[in-house]
Amino acid sequence: MVVPRFRVRAGEAVCLHGPSGSGKSTLLNLACGAVSPFAGQVRVAGTALGELSAPRRDRLRAEKIGVIFQMFNLIPYLTGLDNVLLALRFAPARRRACADPRGEALRLTQALGLPDDAMRKGPAAALSTGQQQRVALARAMIGGPPLLIADEPTSALDDRAAKDFLDRLFEQIAETGAALLMASHDRRLAARFDRTEALEDIAAARRGAAA
Amino acid sequence: MRLWRLALASLRSRALTVGLTVTAIALSVALFLGVEKIRTGARVSFADTISGTDLIVGARTGGVQLLLYSVFRIGAATNNITWESYEDVIARPEVDWAVPISLGDSHRQFRVMGTTEAFFERYRYRGGRALEMAEGALMADLFDAVVGADVARARSYAVGDPIIVSHGLSSFVDHEDTPFRISGVLAKTGTPVDRTVIVSLEAIEAIHVDWQGGAFDGTATPVEEIRRMDLRPQAITAALIGVNSKLRIFTLQRAVNDYPREPLMAILPGVALQELWAIVGVAETALVAVSGLVIATSLLGMGAMLLAGLEARRREMAILRALGAGPATIAGLLVAEAALMAATGAALGTAMLYAALALGRPAVDAAFGLWLPLTPPTGWELSVLGAVVLGAAVTALLPAVRAYRLSLAGGMMVKT
Repeated sequence: MVVPRFRVRAGEAVCLHGPSGSGKSTLLNLACGAVSPFAGQVRVAGTALGELSAPRRDRLRAEKIGVIFQMFNLIPYLTGLDNVLLALRFAPARRRACADPRGEALRLTQALGLPDDAMRKGPAAALSTGQQQRVALARAMIGGPPLLIADEPTSALDDRAAKDFLDRLFEQIAETGAALLMASHDRRLAARFDRTEALEDIAAARRGAAA
Repeated sequence: MRLWRLALASLRSRALTVGLTVTAIALSVALFLGVEKIRTGARVSFADTISGTDLIVGARTGGVQLLLYSVFRIGAATNNITWESYEDVIARPEVDWAVPISLGDSHRQFRVMGTTEAFFERYRYRGGRALEMAEGALMADLFDAVVGADVARARSYAVGDPIIVSHGLSSFVDHEDTPFRISGVLAKTGTPVDRTVIVSLEAIEAIHVDWQGGAFDGTATPVEEIRRMDLRPQAITAALIGVNSKLRIFTLQRAVNDYPREPLMAILPGVALQELWAIVGVAETALVAVSGLVIATSLLGMGAMLLAGLEARRREMAILRALGAGPATIAGLLVAEAALMAATGAALGTAMLYAALALGRPAVDAAFGLWLPLTPPTGWELSVLGAVVLGAAVTALLPAVRAYRLSLAGGMMVKT
C-alpha cells in the first residue's frame, strides 16, 4: 500500500472510508506507530515516528493517542474502572493531567452513561458490547490525548447503540478538542465528520507491498 | 496499575489452569523438600544413635560394616572375638569402660543383643542422653529380657510376659526350651535400641547350650541344669569402649589393630559414619537429582501452559500495546506471571510438606524408626525455593520472547 499524503489536522474529525480488507487497519497501525512504513514518514503531534526508538514510539502512542477497536477492547478480567485507569499506566503525562485518576475515570464513565457500580465491580467481560465500547471510549479519552483513533468502533453494535456511541464520541471530542481518525465502511456516518476520505483515493494499492 | 497486580488479575482469571500448574509446582517442591528432610533426618538420626563411645572393637572387617552391625543392627558379623581377647583389650590402661555385646539371635523381626549392665550405664544417644526404663527393671534373672519401646509396642508386650528367642537372624528354629520373661521395657529413644531385645551375655550362652554348630543336638538340657552350668561367655560380637583421655584414643586403636593373637579392629564411630556417608552419598545425590528433575518438569509444564495460552491472549496483548505498553512490558508480564505461580507453588509446597510431616511423623517413625524433626527450612532449602522462582522466570523467557515477537509483528488492529 502506498499513501502519497494523508493528514488529519488538530481537532479535525476524519472518517476513513473503504471496504473491509482495503487497508484501513494498516493505515491506523501506521498512525499508531505499531508498524513502520517501508519508506516515508509518519508524524504524530509533530513528531516523526520513524525517528523515535521503539520504546519512545510506544510512549508517544500512550501519551498522544486514544485507541478504540472494533470490539474486545477491554482486558476481560479487569473491572471497567481498572480498564480505564490502565490507559494511564504507560502515560505519565496523561496521569498528571488528572488530579484524581479514579475520580476522573468515574466522571468520564458517568458522562458516558455507565453506572458506577458496574465499573467498580465485576469483570469487564460481563458488560454488554455497547457498554464495553463506551468504557473503551472513556479509556481513550482519559487524560485528554490530542488524537483519537477508532477502528470501526460501531460495527459490532446495533443501530441504536451505534448512534448512541457516536453521539457520545462526538460530545467528548467536542469537549476536549481532540482530533478523530475513524475507520468505517458505513457511508451513512459521513455527515457527522469534518471530512471523509475514501481509502482508494488516498492510497494506491501496489502488488507486493504490505497489506 | 502495577505490573504485578495486572499479572495477578490475569492469573486469577485463569484459575483452573493456573491452579493445576501451581499444584504441580507445589507437589514437586514438597517432594524435593521431603527428600531433603528425610535425608538430613536420616543423617541426624544415624549420628544421634551413638554418642560418648570412643571406639568400637570387633573382629577385623570393614569399618562401616562393624559400625553397621554393632550399632545399627544392620547386616551380620562375619566373626566374633574371643572373650580372652576382649579381656586383654579392656585390661589396657587407656580403657575407662567397656560394654561387650553379643548379637546373632532374633525375636520375631527384632534382634536380640546380649550385653552386661554396663550397657545401660554407658550407652548414650542424641548428644549424651542415657537409656531410661519406661516400665519394670533391668534383668535380674538369667532368663530375664529388657525390650525396646518398638518391640513392646509392636508385640504388645508388658513386664512379665514370656518371649521365645529364635536362633539365628531369620530362622524359624526357636529356642523353645528356654523361654524368657520380660523384666523391663525401655523408653523410646529413636535409635535401633527401640527394636532390640536385650538379655545378659550369660543368657546368650544359655540358649546355645544344646546347639552345636548351628544345629539342635537333640536333647534339651533342663533349665535347672543350665542354671548350674558355667555360662561365662566364650565370645562376643563387639565391644563399645570409652577411654579415660581423648588423647589416647589413637594409642588404643593402634594397640587393638596390632593385637597379635587375633585379628581385631577398632574404629572411631564418627569416622566410620563419615565413610558410610561417602557411600550413601551417591544414592543421596541421585535422589536429590531426581527430585530436582521433578521440579524442572513442573516448571517446563508451566512454560508449556504459558506458551499454549499466548494464542488466546493475543487480544489482551494488542490492547496493552495500544495503550502504550512496550513489547518488553508484555514479556515482563509473562515473566511476572511465571514468578508469581512459582512463588505460590513453592509456598504451597512448603506448607504441604510441613503438614505432611506433622501428620506422618509417627507413621514414618513406626515403619522406619526415623524420627523426622520439624525444623524450619535450612538456608540450602530456602535457596532451592528461590531457585524455583528464578527457574520459573527463566522458563518463562521462551513464551515471553514469543509474546514479544507476536506483539511486535502483529500490530494492534488485530481482527478478533
